[in-house]
Amino acid sequence: MTRRSAASIPHSAASADTAEIPADLLATLGPLGRAGWCLLVGLVAIVCWGAGAYIYQLRHGLAATGMNDYFSWGLYIINYIFLIGVGMAGTLISAMLRLTGASWRRSITRLAEAITLFALLLAGPMIMIDMGRPDRFLNLLIHGRLQSPILWDVFSLNTYLAGSLLYLYLPMIPDMALLRDCSAPFAPWRRRLYRVLALGWHGDARQHRRLEKAMAIMAIIILPVAVSLHTITAWIFGLTLRPGWHSTIIGPDYVIGALYSGIAAVITVMAIFRRSFHLEKYLTADHFRKLGLLLLTLCAVYFYFTLNEYVGPSFVTETAEIPLLAHIFHGPYTVVFWSMATVGFLLPGLLLALPWTRNIPGIVTASVLVNIGMWLMRFIIVVPTLSAPYLPFPPGTHYHYVPTLVEWSITAGAFAAFGVLYLVFAKLFPIVSIWETMETEPKEATVPVAANQPAEEVLV
Amino acid sequence: MNLDRRHFLRLGMATAGAAAVAAAGFETATAAQTPAPGNSGAAGGVSGGNAGGKTMKVMTTDGQLLEVPAGQARQIKLPVLSSADIRQGIPGRRFVMMIDLAKCDGCGQCTKSCGQMHFIPPDRQWIRVFQMQDSPATAPYYMPRPCFHCDNPPCTKVCPVGATFKREDGIVLIDNERCIGCRFCMAACPFNARCFNWGPPNDPPAALAEGYSPEHGFPRRIGTAEKCDFCPDMARQGKLPDCSSGCPMGAIYYGDQNEDAVTNSQGETLRFSQTLRDRAAFRYREDLGTQPRVYYLPPVNRQYPGPDLHSKKGDQA
Ligand code: SF4
Ligand code: SF4
Repeated sequence: MTRRSAASIPHSAASADTAEIPADLLATLGPLGRAGWCLLVGLVAIVCWGAGAYIYQLRHGLAATGMNDYFSWGLYIINYIFLIGVGMAGTLISAMLRLTGASWRRSITRLAEAITLFALLLAGPMIMIDMGRPDRFLNLLIHGRLQSPILWDVFSLNTYLAGSLLYLYLPMIPDMALLRDCSAPFAPWRRRLYRVLALGWHGDARQHRRLEKAMAIMAIIILPVAVSLHTITAWIFGLTLRPGWHSTIIGPDYVIGALYSGIAAVITVMAIFRRSFHLEKYLTADHFRKLGLLLLTLCAVYFYFTLNEYVGPSFVTETAEIPLLAHIFHGPYTVVFWSMATVGFLLPGLLLALPWTRNIPGIVTASVLVNIGMWLMRFIIVVPTLSAPYLPFPPGTHYHYVPTLVEWSITAGAFAAFGVLYLVFAKLFPIVSIWETMETEPKEATVPVAANQPAEEVLV
Repeated sequence: MNLDRRHFLRLGMATAGAAAVAAAGFETATAAQTPAPGNSGAAGGVSGGNAGGKTMKVMTTDGQLLEVPAGQARQIKLPVLSSADIRQGIPGRRFVMMIDLAKCDGCGQCTKSCGQMHFIPPDRQWIRVFQMQDSPATAPYYMPRPCFHCDNPPCTKVCPVGATFKREDGIVLIDNERCIGCRFCMAACPFNARCFNWGPPNDPPAALAEGYSPEHGFPRRIGTAEKCDFCPDMARQGKLPDCSSGCPMGAIYYGDQNEDAVTNSQGETLRFSQTLRDRAAFRYREDLGTQPRVYYLPPVNRQYPGPDLHSKKGDQA
């Protein structure tokens, strides 16, 4: 799309009436409906349950968890890594696809950025929940040591969070203006919200130029920040003297793992909204196919990384690695490990690779499996290493890690909170970017086939 | 905030006229184990020291309760250690430990004495006796493992708030008034020397009666890390750590590397550097590069049988 035609949109946007906004997109902002309310109430109930569990934990300390002096990290840290991994989704779709000029991303960028934002919003609290003294949180500022990887992680997470928020918000401004000006019967507070968020956008060429510039800059800035977050989180493990963690490959390993679970999360969320919000026109089979292929690629790459993690130690069998490998391959974590391998690599790999299953149901099934598999993968990264200390377990002790109900409840609460945030967001704001998809479609009625519009690439 | 709190605590102790108790309180578990009323009685007597023919009870540094004329009692002030003092360490000292594995018979007295002195709950141990066997054909042996107070400590490097720190005298301590309970240090210590207060601590009154100092590690606080502290509070009084003095075999030597001398519970003092050379001393897992301050003498020419790793527990005391 050329700049001239980009500028032509806003003129129509400025004088927008409801007809300018595709009815099916506007419909997503309508009332929640019965099923929606049931879902929301159910999710809120789970969040409350999780909050109750946390209050219980605050009262009894981390003794309410299954952690102990040997297994000093558990479910919360696993959830943290998983969540920031999912948070890679937005960056991947918005920034990487933007920089590579893949214009088909337009209808899914917002959906992906929202995943990032909410996953990160929950990742921070996960760390707080894991802290023995959340009341001393400010010590990180008062006594913070820049030499500690935890501080790097705090900075990185917050930078990424702020960046993602900005990156989600910037492309929303023209949409806010559209909604502000449209004739749909929004409640007054809602219209006021749109007015405030529209920041006085009236869509002249200058504003558009600035927006495009800001988005392009953000796309470049956010990439290294995202990579840093995953690398630093990996270093929290990699910079310790522990078999299984102390590995040179662990940084890139986490980044690839995050991309892998990020895409899977995007596909899963896409499938949910396509169904429930009737967005078949915008989230097309083509989107699923392209993301499916991306997922397949990352499946292969991540498998390759994982293979590297295990082949070396298994072949060399260094003394310290032996108990770790024994626990993973024929010990307490064997079932988890092979479930992870099946659900995280084998099944999705097959589903995505075979042409007969590379359709929407197949791709969506694969992504759901990848989500589960990647969570299990994080378990395999964190827990077995703690089960294999250099000094053997002292005689007469039986240390093991079994997460308690409190931990599971808080975990469930966190994931439900993700659902609540996402649902509220999708009801309040158009989940598919209106102005960007309108740019893509020359005629509103035609089914968008992005590949047919090479001119698009110029702008991006 | 933490500083204020600590000052407040110290001020509180001083105004309560409890400086004498605090002084006596440093006197290990023996002092603390005597009923608290006796202590406070002594303190009360000191503060009202002008009474004529009256006598008062005081506790000596080695834990005896004496009755003396009140007029003769004088309050000795131990230097109050500021948090900066505690973080810096004892000037001019470099504490080391040397454990003679040939003498260790695995009785676990070190663990017990340490536990008594530091009021350690039964679910954890600061010094732990491991049963080791380096290879199938070699003899099993017992290895007590305190915190190694590594010179290149991976634990302090990762602490986000500097709650655990390395001092100039070589000792690695934890300040449980600052610790945020992230447990990164526990993951970073390759020797699992660190424990955590997972639940609310259940310290006995004697422990609570004493002011907190990272140099003895109690009263405990929920959600904070703890570990062997190398007993700098004992060292300040020129005494051995309790694991060392509690070892009936005299296997644990402790001393100052600058003085080049280490001493055990039997009063045997060895030249540190010479012994390391003569007896082919080693440090556990030198390859990890943490540079422990705890040296081991190899379990050769043992007078005691090693652990029987195939039966339940080789207890041959
Ligand atoms: S033994 Fe562990 S806790 Fe002690 S100084 Fe070394 S690394 Fe730190
Ligand atoms: S648990 Fe406490 S001492 Fe250990 S690294 Fe965290 S803040 Fe520092």
